[in-house]
Amino acid sequence: MHIPDGFIGPGISAAAGLTAIGGFAVALRKARDYLTDRLVPMAALVAAFVFAAQMVNFPVLPGMSGHLLGGVLAAVLVGPWAGCIVMSLVLIVQALLFADGGLSALGLNIVNMSLIGAVVGYLVYRVLFRLGGSRPAAVPVLAGLAAMISVPLAATGFVLEFGLGGTVESISIGSVFWAILGTHVLIGIGEGLITFVVVGAVMRSRPDLVYGSPTFGGTRSEELVS
Amino acid sequence: MILFGAGLLVTLVVAVVIAQFASTEPDGLEYVAGQEGFLETAQDHPLAESPLADYGGDSKSNLILSGVVGVLVTLGLGYLVFTVVKSDKTSAEG
Repeated sequence: MHIPDGFIGPGISAAAGLTAIGGFAVALRKARDYLTDRLVPMAALVAAFVFAAQMVNFPVLPGMSGHLLGGVLAAVLVGPWAGCIVMSLVLIVQALLFADGGLSALGLNIVNMSLIGAVVGYLVYRVLFRLGGSRPAAVPVLAGLAAMISVPLAATGFVLEFGLGGTVESISIGSVFWAILGTHVLIGIGEGLITFVVVGAVMRSRPDLVYGSPTFGGTRSEELVS
Repeated sequence: MILFGAGLLVTLVVAVVIAQFASTEPDGLEYVAGQEGFLETAQDHPLAESPLADYGGDSKSNLILSGVVGVLVTLGLGYLVFTVVKSDKTSAEG
């Protein structure tokens, strides 16, 4: 889902850059409220894991692949604000070292995959978690479900940006919307499965380290949905 | 600590071994861009000629290099940023 340079014009790219900087600043401040010594190696490891998992494109349709975004995965493991920082760092490293995602598009990619993918994705998780009765046993399934929903949400961010700042005038935005939505609903199934498996594995070994679970043993930020 | 070690091992296996079996087909966005006719508006990345560009592209050795470099850089950068960000309070366990 990494947007290259050229898809979106400079105005919207710059606006997204400012939004990304603002969002990152809020995330730094909010993460400071709950990020203790104990969570530092975990958060760094989650960043490395999201980077690694994003390298693995899985087949989705003939001629099309997808890969994990990891926003909900990161947010459920280390909280929405540290999760937002994790996603932003991964996107910065990918754009600056691996030519994945344009430099001028970095703000757009952070808005879609970090602010929407992690923070809005975590909001979806909290709503599902409350609806599901707030049971620890339900954490992996609901994290997977929220992750599945987060992919089309993040992709819709792209469609909005494309509608506002797309560089080709003659394209029907409605047609782009349905095509992006359809493909990313399918990619979301992979996202959900991977998130379910990874969150499930951490829940089985160290439930006290899973921020989004009532078993979490650390300090917690004010919940987005209490 | 055990979880960290196990997690790092899994992460490196994903980045170095499993990544070799990754699909090389375009991702969802690129696929739709091709179908809807705006793929050609994409500009080359300034680092497109780097050995790390696109995680090594078709080169297996550059793919492995990309996996190792990417995991270590994100881990190190994450550790640095989160150490600076972390609250002054320490958790009950220290």
